[in-house]
Amino acid sequence: MLDNLTARLTRIAKTLRGEARLTESNIQDALREVRVALLEADCALPVVKDFVAAVKAYALGEEVIGSLTPGQALVGVVHRELTRLMGEANVGLDLAAQPPAVILMAGLQGSGKTTSAGKLARLIAAGKKKVLVVSCDVYRPAAIEQLKTVASQAGVDFLPSAPQDEPLEIARRALEHARTRYYDVLLVDTAGRLAIDEAMMCEIAELHAALHPAETLFVVDAMQGQDAVNVARAFSQALPLTGVILTKLDGDARGGAALSVRHVTGKPIKFVGTGEKLDGLEPFHPERMASRILGMGDIVSLVEQARRGVDEQQAQALAEKVRRGRGFDLEDFKAQIQQMKSMGGLAALVDKLPAQLTGSINPAQLHDDRQMRRIEGIINSMTAQERARPELIKASRKRRIAAGAGVPVQEVNRLLNQFEQMQKMMKQMRKGGLARMMRAMKGALPGGR
Amino acid sequence: MFGFANKASEEKASWSARLKAGLARTRAALGGGLGALLGRRKVDEALFEELEAALLTADCGVEATQALIEGLRARARKERLEDGEALKGALKQALLELVAPLERALEAARTRPFVIMVAGVNGSGKTTSIGKLAKWLQSQGLSVLLAAGDTFRAAAREQLAAWGERNGVPVIGQAGGDPGAVVFDAIGAALARRIDVVIADTAGRLPTQLHLMEEIKKVKRVAAKALPGAPHEVLLVLDANTGQNALAQVKAFDEALGLTGIVLTKLDGTAKGGVVCAIARQRPVPLRFVGVGEGIDDLRPFAARDFVEALVD
Ligand SMILES: Nc1nc2c(ncn2[C@@H]2O[C@H](COP(=O)(O)OP(=O)(O)OP(=O)(O)O)[C@@H](O)[C@H]2O)c(=O)[nH]1
Ligand SMILES: Nc1nc2c(ncn2[C@@H]2O[C@H](COP(=O)(O)OP(=O)(O)O)[C@@H](O)[C@H]2O)c(=O)[nH]1
Ligand SMILES: [Mg+2]
Ligand SMILES: [Mg+2]
Repeated sequence: MLDNLTARLTRIAKTLRGEARLTESNIQDALREVRVALLEADCALPVVKDFVAAVKAYALGEEVIGSLTPGQALVGVVHRELTRLMGEANVGLDLAAQPPAVILMAGLQGSGKTTSAGKLARLIAAGKKKVLVVSCDVYRPAAIEQLKTVASQAGVDFLPSAPQDEPLEIARRALEHARTRYYDVLLVDTAGRLAIDEAMMCEIAELHAALHPAETLFVVDAMQGQDAVNVARAFSQALPLTGVILTKLDGDARGGAALSVRHVTGKPIKFVGTGEKLDGLEPFHPERMASRILGMGDIVSLVEQARRGVDEQQAQALAEKVRRGRGFDLEDFKAQIQQMKSMGGLAALVDKLPAQLTGSINPAQLHDDRQMRRIEGIINSMTAQERARPELIKASRKRRIAAGAGVPVQEVNRLLNQFEQMQKMMKQMRKGGLARMMRAMKGALPGGR
Repeated sequence: MFGFANKASEEKASWSARLKAGLARTRAALGGGLGALLGRRKVDEALFEELEAALLTADCGVEATQALIEGLRARARKERLEDGEALKGALKQALLELVAPLERALEAARTRPFVIMVAGVNGSGKTTSIGKLAKWLQSQGLSVLLAAGDTFRAAAREQLAAWGERNGVPVIGQAGGDPGAVVFDAIGAALARRIDVVIADTAGRLPTQLHLMEEIKKVKRVAAKALPGAPHEVLLVLDANTGQNALAQVKAFDEALGLTGIVLTKLDGTAKGGVVCAIARQRPVPLRFVGVGEGIDDLRPFAARDFVEALVD
């Protein structure tokens, strides 16, 4: 069902080749597909409508460059705009306040506030700061206990509170405690609340007023649907938010809520949650998020480009893109796998690619959903450092990863081999060999010229 | 890469202004609800579009929404439906036909002990739903025992223990430990104490975490080893706030465990849980209960008619 946008567009784009400009009529179908793709990714309808209208306004009259089809040209506009709307990459925390700098967590029930608080505490403490955490969640059973455990895992101090305390009292006490004991940062966890629960929304506004937080972070589940737009609006009206944390991105949700939330709040997505453990917190990459929402990975789009026959000039541009990007790491590889999962058609495509390009990637394996899940499982068991620098993965790490993913060590080896092949292919492209490769591929591909 | 990335920044302001206006429009539409939208209005294209928007914003998904709206168009033509009220009635009827088959009650008294295993992604409301379900089962005259099978999340056992205390029912658990072992012990305890229902909590997991999906399959196998035929019910707890990924969750957990029922939580918020329409079309697992709050009494057997009313009004 999660048809890939690029794949969708290929179907219509075929008939449109050779037109010089984007016009109302030659992008109409493509725009409809963009709308569907965004809705299936859970971007909120009103946001989608206006986004599509805005993209259309930009796109009309644009020149269609080289041998691009109008559909392709449009994907370019869509992807670029979406990336831009996602905001800046890597906006860190701003804790430049009179210490203790307070961080207040807010969000719906079960969105990941407590876990994210633990992750942030760990991150900040690693920067040689003295961190105190406290829970104002006097409602959910064992919520305080949960934060206590998480704090000890993070290696930071925990200020006890009790279910019979008043949240506002806890907050005041914690602030005083942090001040007199010279903490740099005070992290305040709060109970999950519905945006329409007036009493609870008042409560958190009061907490905010008492704490004067340097950061007020809205924690959103990446799986959230259409209502994200309403919830985010309510929270941002009740509280002056300073940023967003998007959790559970290690799942396979497309994460359209990110667009909804970003647009209602206008605040940067500062971190993403990528696992249940405390090291599962990463900086936000707008371009990756845009690709994820649209259901198009870099390689997927490269392949699609190739299939439709790209001329030398664009091939150079693509190579440039590869060159500018960071090195291709296991994180990217995983993202690709996730994209592939949503387009069974890729197996057939890889089949048609010349062997030097695909290396040991076995198309039958690609087609096998379980195999892809297994690959994801393996990558999920790696640390962020291992994902970024796979050369670190030696025997003992392999054993740990295999155990974590519940697979034999050979599977980990196989994955690393596949990854190496993929990386080689990217390197070849980086060296500018792409144009040559593309030319070689054209004959082998259906629809190529 | 497409060579015209420059125009973007100039038009930034106009885009956000447009978005704001758009949002204001939807807010108004949402506030008024569909009821206010339709009234005595003539059946025209705009009306269909509004109905479509209502379904989409309720998370029904593109595919289910299109199918419903197409069906509605055909019917409106055939039966010459004249005004908005009639059209809305027809839509409700179509929705009801779609979700009514999901309304099938949980029958926990058919064997003893009746073992219920609870699964789902992180934070969907499993533990809370177990607390409420224990109350509901006791009100049906059944005795209950809880198994603290979430051995991963910080203080998960303490959370379930609190619900056990509220209900006055025993909770079996061990510090750290293996979820399978906990469930095995719990079933053994229920057999020994002649308890009617065992409810096993499990740690939240995402279907992308293959090793965790394998782990929960094992928990199920262990239950069968402790008592042939167990678990008798495998419940997936879904958060009504979830968008289209809910469908993927149903499929993945169904493939791993063979689901017999769903609990849809957090319907007391503004999310409508329309993804149930997509689930009904593609993987019709019975929807046993809905969660309507964090309190012990906030659990209701699923009533298709009420659900449809809430979805469309
Ligand atoms: N896979 C994954 N799980 C996460 C992530 N962040 C949080 N979780 C899990 O999601 C569940 C809910 O997380 P919590 O941190 O308890 O959420 P919360 O917002 O504090 O919940 P309440 O206090 O109950 O409202 C837990 O099972 C966490 O382990 C993430 O990035 N990835
Ligand atoms: N408003 C509301 N909150 C709920 C409901 N069910 C669960 N919750 C809350 O959602 C959060 C996660 O629930 P929990 O049972 O811990 O989820 P688990 O991780 O799946 O076991 C908690 O804060 C619960 O209080 C519901 O029906 N309505
Ligand atoms: Mg919490
Ligand atoms: Mg739980």
